[in-house]
Amino acid sequence: MFSFVLKIRAGLVMCGVLALLQAPAHGQLTIEITGAGANRIPVAIADFGGEAGAARVVTSVVRADLERSGLFKMIDPGSTAMTEASPPLYDEWKSRGADALAAGSIGESSDGRKEARFRLYDVNRASVLGGSAFVTSKPMLRAAGHRIADVIYEKLTGQPGIFSTRVAYVVRASASRYELHIADADGQNEQVALISKEPIISPSWSPDGSRLAYVSFENKKPVVYVHSLSSGKRVVVANFKGSNSAPAWSPDGRKLAVVLSKDGGSQIFTVNADGSGVQRLTADSAINTEPNFSPDGQYVYFTSDRGGSPQIYRVGVGGGEVQRMSFEGSYNVTPRLSPDGKSMAFISRRDGSFRLSVMDLASRQVQVLTDSHKDESPSFSPNGRMILIATEQGGRGVLSAVSIDGRIKQRLTISAGDVREPAWGPFNK
Amino acid sequence: MKHLVIPAALALMLAGCGSTPDSSDTAGGAPVESRGGSGGVTTVTTGGVESRGLPAALTDPKSILSKRSVYFDFDSYEVKAEYKDLVTAHAKFLTDNRQFKMLIQGNTDERGSREYNLALGQKRADAIRKMLALLGAREDQIESVSLGEEKPKDEGHDESAWAQNRRGDMLYSGEF
Repeated sequence: MFSFVLKIRAGLVMCGVLALLQAPAHGQLTIEITGAGANRIPVAIADFGGEAGAARVVTSVVRADLERSGLFKMIDPGSTAMTEASPPLYDEWKSRGADALAAGSIGESSDGRKEARFRLYDVNRASVLGGSAFVTSKPMLRAAGHRIADVIYEKLTGQPGIFSTRVAYVVRASASRYELHIADADGQNEQVALISKEPIISPSWSPDGSRLAYVSFENKKPVVYVHSLSSGKRVVVANFKGSNSAPAWSPDGRKLAVVLSKDGGSQIFTVNADGSGVQRLTADSAINTEPNFSPDGQYVYFTSDRGGSPQIYRVGVGGGEVQRMSFEGSYNVTPRLSPDGKSMAFISRRDGSFRLSVMDLASRQVQVLTDSHKDESPSFSPNGRMILIATEQGGRGVLSAVSIDGRIKQRLTISAGDVREPAWGPFNK
Repeated sequence: MKHLVIPAALALMLAGCGSTPDSSDTAGGAPVESRGGSGGVTTVTTGGVESRGLPAALTDPKSILSKRSVYFDFDSYEVKAEYKDLVTAHAKFLTDNRQFKMLIQGNTDERGSREYNLALGQKRADAIRKMLALLGAREDQIESVSLGEEKPKDEGHDESAWAQNRRGDMLYSGEF
């Protein structure tokens, strides 16, 4: 099928302007979209009414979120503000080509905070699809915009939106400065969780989104930490003789799978989140690494060279029979299960290039999603629709979000240096 | 290889800066800087101090012991014959000087997954460790770890850079 490739820069400009209002623009992530879904839903987001400045922030966040998803075609709403109370002129919106319309306003809530209200309409059926109100403090207006975009996305696509989620990634500012960053899914509101002179790799979100596990080389060797984001408190989960790496959370958040070389070779162990109760899971002389729990908690998927080349295998959490999952090609690594457990993202070497691939676990069919050369570290968005990867462009590390059908690609770059090791966080509850 | 002979002052800096990147680090207890503090004077003690005391045999460029790197072929973890004398010399030094400890850091080139490369680098470090142990070093003197592709000696992206980065380094206490 012919796939139409678009370059949308409007969203980028909007982000840039807001970045100036919101926070220092230093090192901010910028997002560029290439490609779009085949059947984009035409939607109009009218200028919200109420307090003009606040309304502008919220309206532009909603528009930028929906546009960036690649699933919507933004219809020009004109310049007349429209609140959730204004009766929509359905025929007029129909003639503009909109299938859906959202309007709203920002006002003061009874406790002095901001209240963002909106309503979503089905233009063709001339009916209300939904609406909500979100109360927030003024600095958090963008968050209200993301919440509204999440509702619109879910009403129109049937899938939960991921605009209120966060991403973690590592910035290599120089050979002796590494930073672990947390940002909103649109690259804004960036915060630094850790600064180190030595590399940081393999960040992994706890299922509740409050902690990150990662590997830090600050002690001149790889050690696994769990870092509570709000307090900055860090716990050493694994610092045994030899290397400690590749942390992955169990779905209940109580355990981590880690890779330890303490008993020789690289073997997978499970450990409680406080570092206690270390138990060995794999037992052979081959490399076993990159563990990832299935969402039902029944299996651990991992990379092993036990068959002579790196391939993906799985084993029950209690041990037992090991099953090989990947067969095509001589290098398949970094398995990451989709949130519904039905597919697996991984990196496959094809013609000397490392490319993001997805396997449907029922049929074992593999689809290569990119034509890039140095993809690594895939992680699914919590709604399972996108996969975030690190890749390279012009010799620099960038992040890319790719839809699971490979059609939509968003590129996230940072002015301050190399970006790598992305991890998409869970739903923000 | 010369770069591994870290001058004492630089080693101090490295050790001092690398140990606690974050003051809220509760993992390793209180930051080193605050431990000896009273009356406005803070004593900073780091592991780097010892490097001043390294015997000349380990640092003299004319001594084989000043060489610390073992290079590996692509996709290989075998210590090549040309490095046998070097590893043997270090094993003898460790045997004769039981108070010395060594950290062996394995490295890989940049191609492929970071975590898989970490495991490959571990295999290289383990190969050196096993050879040292066979030749008389005690297990409690030597630790093998991996830096994977994270600390390239040559930041280039071609075969000559990759060859420099497929490497194991032998560092003595005070040098890491």
